[in-house]
Amino acid sequence: MRLDTLTALNAERAARRPALVVTDPSDGRQRLVRGTEIDADPLASVLREKLASGRSGLIADADARPLFVAVHAPPVRLVAVGAVHITQALAPMAGQLGLDLTVIDPRTAFATPERFPNVRLVAEWPDAALETLGLDAYTALLALTHDPKIDDPALIAALKAECAYVGALGSRKTHARRVERLRQAGFDEEDIARIHAPIGLDIGAVSPAEIALAILAQVVATLRRARIAARAGA
Amino acid sequence: MLSTEDDILRAAEAWRREGRIVALATVIETWGSAPRPVGSHLLIDEGGRFLGSVSGGCVEGEVITEALDVIGDGRPRTLEFGVADETAWRAGLSCGGRIRVFVERVD
Repeated sequence: MRLDTLTALNAERAARRPALVVTDPSDGRQRLVRGTEIDADPLASVLREKLASGRSGLIADADARPLFVAVHAPPVRLVAVGAVHITQALAPMAGQLGLDLTVIDPRTAFATPERFPNVRLVAEWPDAALETLGLDAYTALLALTHDPKIDDPALIAALKAECAYVGALGSRKTHARRVERLRQAGFDEEDIARIHAPIGLDIGAVSPAEIALAILAQVVATLRRARIAARAGA
Repeated sequence: MLSTEDDILRAAEAWRREGRIVALATVIETWGSAPRPVGSHLLIDEGGRFLGSVSGGCVEGEVITEALDVIGDGRPRTLEFGVADETAWRAGLSCGGRIRVFVERVD
């Protein structure tokens, strides 16, 4: 690999932008294909499938020669809005699942390092915090405060950024009112249907830890199923 | 989840910028119960120092030996390792899988 290719690849990865490296194993010839360059690539359709599946592997070029495609999709981030009890239970589980967690809550009494040891905490309003963080299609967002002033801006940002997963805590009644507010904010049914609410798989969860488990199970199922579907279509 | 690979590629860039001559080994194909997934990396420098893993330890020694040749002549190579057989004391996968590893120099 040329050092300039490696440097450019690492820059894409650091910026959380997807990229692929196509290598001919017979002679080592190689090219970097950034996410934005896929459409213009001669192997566009197969590269799109590889990126969607998230799996590196061999493909065949037009002459049936094997090429290796290394897929560099950004690691999935988990953003929890609400430094609440459920989030405290969720933090260590997210770590074990390899999900990179950030917790946002403007209420400084909630967002304390004592309540969240070793967790990235942002004690700001979601509007400001998410702007800095930069939501993307490789982010899962959880709205957990029960407070529309805090949850709504986060959900709006997540829908606009086409986050991989969007979930919101609250009863069906709470959600119905939320849906009404989102409609007024200009979102259509298809957008709103992307919000998992009430959040989490229905496992009859009661305690904060059980609710955290139900939420993470739904996040994992959503991420994995999207990739399985992409692979099946490949 | 979904991408927990240690950051071997950043290390590769850093090692190269320090002036070390480095080779990058990548698992490009697996069959059966291979220990490390496709895309896993092993980074090797001219002194045989290494980082990462392509097989969880089974064939790293052989890959490093080949990588030193790649560092020497700059010619990329594809290596294949299979089920432990009579040469298994040198390089074999006890898990019964097979892997193909591409080794290239970072220039």
